[in-house]
Amino acid sequence: MLEGLMLGLGAAISPFNILMVFLGCFLGTFIGMLPGLGPMSIIAIMIPVAIQLGDPASALILLAGVYYGAIFGGSTSSILINAPGVAGTVASSFDGYPMARAGQAGKALTIAALASFLGGTISALLLMIFAPLLSSVAKLFWSAEYFALMVLGLTAIAAFAGPGKKLKALLMSVVGIMLATVGESALHNAARFTMGIMDLQSGFYFVTLVMGLFALPEALFLILNPKRSAQQENQNEIKDLRISMDEAKNLAPVVGRQSVLGFLVGVLPGAGATMASFLGYAVERNLAPKDQREQFGKGAQRGLAAPETANNAACTGSFVPMLTLGIPGSGTTAILLGALVALSVTPGPRLIEDQPEVFWAVIISMYLGNVVLLILNLPLIPYIAKLLTVPRQYLIPFVVFFSLIGAYIGQNNPTELLIMIGTGLFATLLRFGGYPLPPLIIGFILGGMLEDNLGRAMRKAGGMEFLWERPMTLGILVVAAVLFFYPIIKDRLQSRRA
Amino acid sequence: MKTTITKSLAAIGVASAVAFSAGAYAQVDSIHFLIPGGAGGGWDGTARGTGEALTKSGLVGSASFENMSGGGGGKAIGYLIENAASSEGTLMVNSTPIVIRSLTKVFPQSFRDLTPIAGTIGDYAALVVKADSPVTSFKDLVDIYNSDPSELAIAGGSVAGGMDHLVAAMAMKAAGADPLSVNYLPFDAGGEAMASLLSGEADALSTGLSEAVALAEQGEVRILVQTGDKRVDAAADVPTLTEQGYDTVFINWRGFFGAPGLSEAKQAEYVKALGAMYDTPEWEDVRARNGWVNIYNPGADFTKFLEKQEAEIGSLMKELGFL
Repeated sequence: MLEGLMLGLGAAISPFNILMVFLGCFLGTFIGMLPGLGPMSIIAIMIPVAIQLGDPASALILLAGVYYGAIFGGSTSSILINAPGVAGTVASSFDGYPMARAGQAGKALTIAALASFLGGTISALLLMIFAPLLSSVAKLFWSAEYFALMVLGLTAIAAFAGPGKKLKALLMSVVGIMLATVGESALHNAARFTMGIMDLQSGFYFVTLVMGLFALPEALFLILNPKRSAQQENQNEIKDLRISMDEAKNLAPVVGRQSVLGFLVGVLPGAGATMASFLGYAVERNLAPKDQREQFGKGAQRGLAAPETANNAACTGSFVPMLTLGIPGSGTTAILLGALVALSVTPGPRLIEDQPEVFWAVIISMYLGNVVLLILNLPLIPYIAKLLTVPRQYLIPFVVFFSLIGAYIGQNNPTELLIMIGTGLFATLLRFGGYPLPPLIIGFILGGMLEDNLGRAMRKAGGMEFLWERPMTLGILVVAAVLFFYPIIKDRLQSRRA
Repeated sequence: MKTTITKSLAAIGVASAVAFSAGAYAQVDSIHFLIPGGAGGGWDGTARGTGEALTKSGLVGSASFENMSGGGGGKAIGYLIENAASSEGTLMVNSTPIVIRSLTKVFPQSFRDLTPIAGTIGDYAALVVKADSPVTSFKDLVDIYNSDPSELAIAGGSVAGGMDHLVAAMAMKAAGADPLSVNYLPFDAGGEAMASLLSGEADALSTGLSEAVALAEQGEVRILVQTGDKRVDAAADVPTLTEQGYDTVFINWRGFFGAPGLSEAKQAEYVKALGAMYDTPEWEDVRARNGWVNIYNPGADFTKFLEKQEAEIGSLMKELGFL
């Protein structure tokens, strides 16, 4: 392995390639902040440039930089203005945005940056050591197990079922799952619930819904509640990046666990960063001590660190099936795979032997990308966080503009804007009624995958027997049940004892 | 606001066109490519790649691109028909799904409402099993299917009733088996379907031949059969269905359409430019980069091909209960 590492270092470390890392990270971060332009579209834009470079190592280093940069940039808009641009950073807004609202934008961005860095670096280490072994893990999961994983992910909604809100949270997640059924169904070749509207043929577009549910109501609330702008008073704290020793100690186990869990989820083709971030959020919420668990959804540091670590680790994990099996596990790796083939690299089981320099250059580029992102972003955080000190009359149009662009840019379809505004008004009403919105988006994102995997599993098994006949499916479902009920039972027991 | 956006898109198009235009012997001044889906998809890549080759080689003076997603491609078709009079310079990219989706009434129009220009690239379909599978020929697969179709889960990267499903049903029908009982597992993308095959969940995979060849080279899968009318160089040992005595050919094509009522002179101009494109090194660059297979099928032949494909797919879908 050491030999391979040196080979990779030799291929990766040159002034030109380091320039490429910087360029990739820089472009990725800034374009990634625009909601609607996720890593997939940014990489698609950059591919002709990368192919022009000719050398597979340089091209991959540039693209990996763009990839990590885009994920990082995506969390920035989630945290600052509640406008997650990609599904993988939705969970980061659950606690990141409340932190920013409470005047801790600088701290939130720092936690996100460090969690991303550690998640990315630890998982790159795991990739280096275990990649050949893990290719078989990717082959273990059937649709039945993916279904069970989605159920596990859904337990994240518990974080939003505070006192008196249990029914409301459940209701919202059901609404989310219902919204996911709109459009063409993969299992039945029929358009459902489109009401004859052609633009709903492919279902609701994720970014439109997120902008309508989160960013737009936020802007409306700022207008309706003039006194609610806490950030004006916390001008000094907002730029403060410091994390105390106690806070670091509190977050360390979360980052450690989620680096491994996120990586493993990323290895599965068909799960990816989004799944990883929700799972991470759900798991950490249920494992947290009681006082911290109650803070989830209201600005818990663990609630921010968990998805941020997990989604970066999952991005690294998604390279495993791509590099070792030649199978793209996500839209982004599908595009990367295309670029590799164009550069006459054939990913698959023989890559490590046939073209070791490429394999190791990818791994080195991950370390480099993560380090560069940290160097690039930490000094910028005070300036980015300062965005929130902009007076409301300037900030609100900016947020509205940002979310409109996000809804329009991916699809080039003006109808998306109408759907977004409609969703925004609906979401504002729901918020007045005290309904938590995160369960809705969790239900929407997981609902589609939940249905497809359940349908496939039932077709394969010819019934529902797989639920108890496949040990791994049953195992994951049991874990989901335990994680969901354990905190409730523990609290009951404790209160009885007291 | 719509006009402003269109204008600004046009401006971007012009800017990129200026950057591209090179040759002085342009046959067509400019082409505006209408793409019925978002950036980054297969249609998008085909239109942009073709535009790049045409302009860089000087066959076309300039190219601009417009993405118009919605309605599974139906929105762009409707737009092109509505604005036919002013769309002489527009070519819309499309592929096999235009035939399938007009049959299933995803959109009310069909290729007949447009002017077919040419099919330009394509891929055959293939049926694939794991490399260590005891199944070594298509006949073995049919035997398993005939004994118990529910025991043979076939994965694909399209919806139920979509292309990959139809290919599997088509092959079984040609083999004299009942196409209705294909136990098809639909996945969002070819990659996930491939993973399902390797995990052992799916017993076989219906996919594009070029994707299958890439995996077969790595020693992971065995390609049983392909649906072309002849063998291809990249997979010379893979038989076609026809040579094994099953009379079925399926080509997944991509090509271009003009607005309805496009003048014959203009049609001929496009056909000529696209035909000349295949001999340019610029096209070869784009083609090789994307791993496309040249299948040039212009003008009246293209229309005839589409009619035949529509009849075949239509009767199969009726039989399968999707129509």
